[in-house]
Amino acid sequence: MAHHSNEPQVTVLPPDKEKIKKLWTVAAILGAVTAVEFVIAFTMSHGTAKTFLFVILTIVKAGYIVGEFMHLKYEVKVLFWAILIPILFIVWMLVAFVYEGMKMPVFN
Amino acid sequence: MAHSTATAAHGQSVWDGGTSPMGASYGKLMMWFFLLSDAFTFSGLLITYGLVRSSHPAFEGLVESFTFSTEYWPIPEKVFEAVPFLHGYSLPLVFVGIMTFILIMSSVTMVLAVEAGHRMDRQAVEKWMLWTLVGGIAFLGCQAWEWTHFIVGTDSPTLVKDFVNGQWITKEVTGASLTINQYGPQPFADFFFFITGFHGFHVFSGVMFNFLIYYNTVTGVYERRGHYEMVEKVGLYWHFVDLVWVFVFTFFYLV
Repeated sequence: MAHHSNEPQVTVLPPDKEKIKKLWTVAAILGAVTAVEFVIAFTMSHGTAKTFLFVILTIVKAGYIVGEFMHLKYEVKVLFWAILIPILFIVWMLVAFVYEGMKMPVFN
Repeated sequence: MAHSTATAAHGQSVWDGGTSPMGASYGKLMMWFFLLSDAFTFSGLLITYGLVRSSHPAFEGLVESFTFSTEYWPIPEKVFEAVPFLHGYSLPLVFVGIMTFILIMSSVTMVLAVEAGHRMDRQAVEKWMLWTLVGGIAFLGCQAWEWTHFIVGTDSPTLVKDFVNGQWITKEVTGASLTINQYGPQPFADFFFFITGFHGFHVFSGVMFNFLIYYNTVTGVYERRGHYEMVEKVGLYWHFVDLVWVFVFTFFYLV
């Protein structure tokens, strides 16, 4: 393309090798955790322990996605907590609904 | 630079104006708070799924001897075991696994586009945004196939009780819809359509946003603007879509 005089002069910086390597590492971790989940799905018998393991691994994956990919880990502390603290309401919703769910067979 | 930080003039509170106390632009903050509200919506769907599932009886017996019945909640890996071009083989959760990897990969390419944007590297942003688009479209294609398979059903039908013309009849059913379901109790199909459908709609709108960002990058909008912050904002949305899938994958398909 012809160079127009009104186009802004842009300085392109070289790739940040360190950062890119880290991003691929996070991707590899996410893939590996998913693979572990698959192994657990077909080797462990159904039960509370299995569900508990799945929940832990899911939270690990969520932590990497939100912390690294969405960059929340490196944001200002106020923003970090402004996002994380309201999540407590989801925990409360889970507790409340599961409690109701356990009572439902009694009603029916 | 347009980016302001959390530091304020000496002796002044950061909350007195003139600075961004959270160290992020208005648009980025609003994206974060929107995603927080969206997280509540998805939690509502998934938690309700858990509640309804736990109020239905589970299948008692060996996984190998599982058959579809409306009497108990199905084992997900027995429902989702089909893969395109491999008709007749039982490959539990393989296709869902492929979809998960597609979405993780497209999340990486998105974050690489953001990294390229920080360096004002237009060509690299174009390249990584294209890969992200490819990933998103591939995921949607997979989901279209999975929905089709779920709606059409398996080779052998299931006997389902249905209320027709004022009386209960038992009929053979293949596939599922919002009113009849061969795989198990009716809410199972309804939740499948609502949860994966709502997520799929997010992926679809994400692909639209990604295309917009790609278009603006190619036409040099962000280069003239002097920063690629829009890539970051849409990137946040795209990662959130991946995040939701991680939860859907665990609580709908694995558990």
